[in-house]
Amino acid sequence: MNKNYFEIKRAGINTTFQDKGRDNLYHIGIPFSGAMDNRNFQISNKLVGNELNFPIIEFAYQGPLLKYFGENINFAITGDVKFIIKKKNNAIEGNCYQSFTLENGDELDIISTNKSVYGYLAVSGEFDVNYQWSSCSVNTKANIGANNGKKIKDGQNIYISNINKNLSDKKLNYINTKIENIRVIQGTNFDYFSDKGKKIFFEKEFVISKLSDRMGMRLEGPKIENIVDTNIKSEGLLKGVIQVPADGNPIIMLSDHGTIGGYPKIGVVISADYDKLVQLTPGSKIKFKKVELADAETLFKLYDLETENLISQI
Amino acid sequence: MIKNISNLGDAALYCDFGSEVNKEINSKVIQYFKSIQKENIDGVNNLTPSYNKLIISFDLRKKNFQTIKKLIENLNVTNDDKLDTNRIKIPVCCDENFSLDIKRLEEKLQLTRDKIYEKFFGKEFFCYMTGFIAGMPFLGDLENELQAKRLETPRVKVPKGSVGLTEQFANVYTFESPGGWNIIGNTPQVIFDSTNENNPNLINPGDLVTFEQITKDQYYNNDE
Repeated sequence: MNKNYFEIKRAGINTTFQDKGRDNLYHIGIPFSGAMDNRNFQISNKLVGNELNFPIIEFAYQGPLLKYFGENINFAITGDVKFIIKKKNNAIEGNCYQSFTLENGDELDIISTNKSVYGYLAVSGEFDVNYQWSSCSVNTKANIGANNGKKIKDGQNIYISNINKNLSDKKLNYINTKIENIRVIQGTNFDYFSDKGKKIFFEKEFVISKLSDRMGMRLEGPKIENIVDTNIKSEGLLKGVIQVPADGNPIIMLSDHGTIGGYPKIGVVISADYDKLVQLTPGSKIKFKKVELADAETLFKLYDLETENLISQI
Repeated sequence: MIKNISNLGDAALYCDFGSEVNKEINSKVIQYFKSIQKENIDGVNNLTPSYNKLIISFDLRKKNFQTIKKLIENLNVTNDDKLDTNRIKIPVCCDENFSLDIKRLEEKLQLTRDKIYEKFFGKEFFCYMTGFIAGMPFLGDLENELQAKRLETPRVKVPKGSVGLTEQFANVYTFESPGGWNIIGNTPQVIFDSTNENNPNLINPGDLVTFEQITKDQYYNNDE
């Protein structure tokens, strides 16, 4: 039987198992889900010698406090995260983008993310999770994925099997940069908005609201005036789509978004900026910058290449 | 049959089948959806059919807008996919605690709640699509007198099982979720079952659905 496990002494605010998410289910109402920040998710796996799509633990703001029992195991944390490794006789502050070894009885206290939302914990082994539609990603709204589709709770145990015996130390020199300008392609309902509304959208600052989660990011700021209709016939959504309901406050769809929506789409965040967008904390100010499709495609290629380069350096 | 193809962001095709919402246009959308599903195009990672649109999303590492657009334009769409139709009855309780927006509707529609319920429960609905949240059925068509817009600011939490109306459609919130529909009641019936991976939805596009009013006692004594 399995003897390697974490005891969750404190679960944290929004701690879930994730992998890259699940495809081809939009038509029955199931979104992609998956790790919000795909780059940091993949890097965490590489730092512990796993395949890039292994299940990891994603946390937001405050992370979990875990006590480890079992044979020696490596772990790595990515993002911008403060954490402490508590050994029998001492405690050391850990660094992100570096692997560390946990021994039987050690504690890992993931205190908080610094001025960012999501962090990732990978271990050199396989979390024992259940898969639905080939993914362990937890969608708490539909209770799909690992851990019965629920957040990790205080007091539960998380089991790990197939620990990699080769615990080599790995490290990456990388600092997460923040963005303030979010690049956007015009949406399919762009002309529903007044000239003034369009101008506001691309020129004024918006503040990220506290009512933001894995489903969506609500924004506050000057109202965007709709001159055609504040409803459309409900139709498909994607992550990154920016809808504007009748109150004039934009909402950006994120990884657990509803698959269908009925508010006009003023824009779509380009794929290259998504990982950085999700890391912006409530209260952050952002501006939208218009780009064309061809530029968005090039920017994504560059971003993806940069991610590959980072991974290959590990 | 597709009127226009444009891009939705950098990783999706937005196929427009026309501005109206009716069963003819919706059937075309579903035919395209099924044909593309069968093609199993490498790099296409999601299809979202709706009333009169089909969104095809793809992996930008493998494909781009132009390549997918060409593939779709040259696709042979078969007409032989008949929709499988089931008839389904959904119990709904309209107790005060469940009918969150009935007062708003009385004002907006200038109808009494009895009249609203009489019209709603006397109707057979057609399922156009499922989605928004897992398994949520979009059912039409309500007559003009029952048509109201969404709430101006969507609720952060609509309770699971809520039955809502917007424009010519009715739906059921299969989970607690944000949403802006006018809620008139609640059902104890399980509409989405994630343990059944091959067929998780109780109601699928093309199905015919009626609602049946139940009392509070019947609601709480439901076997679910």
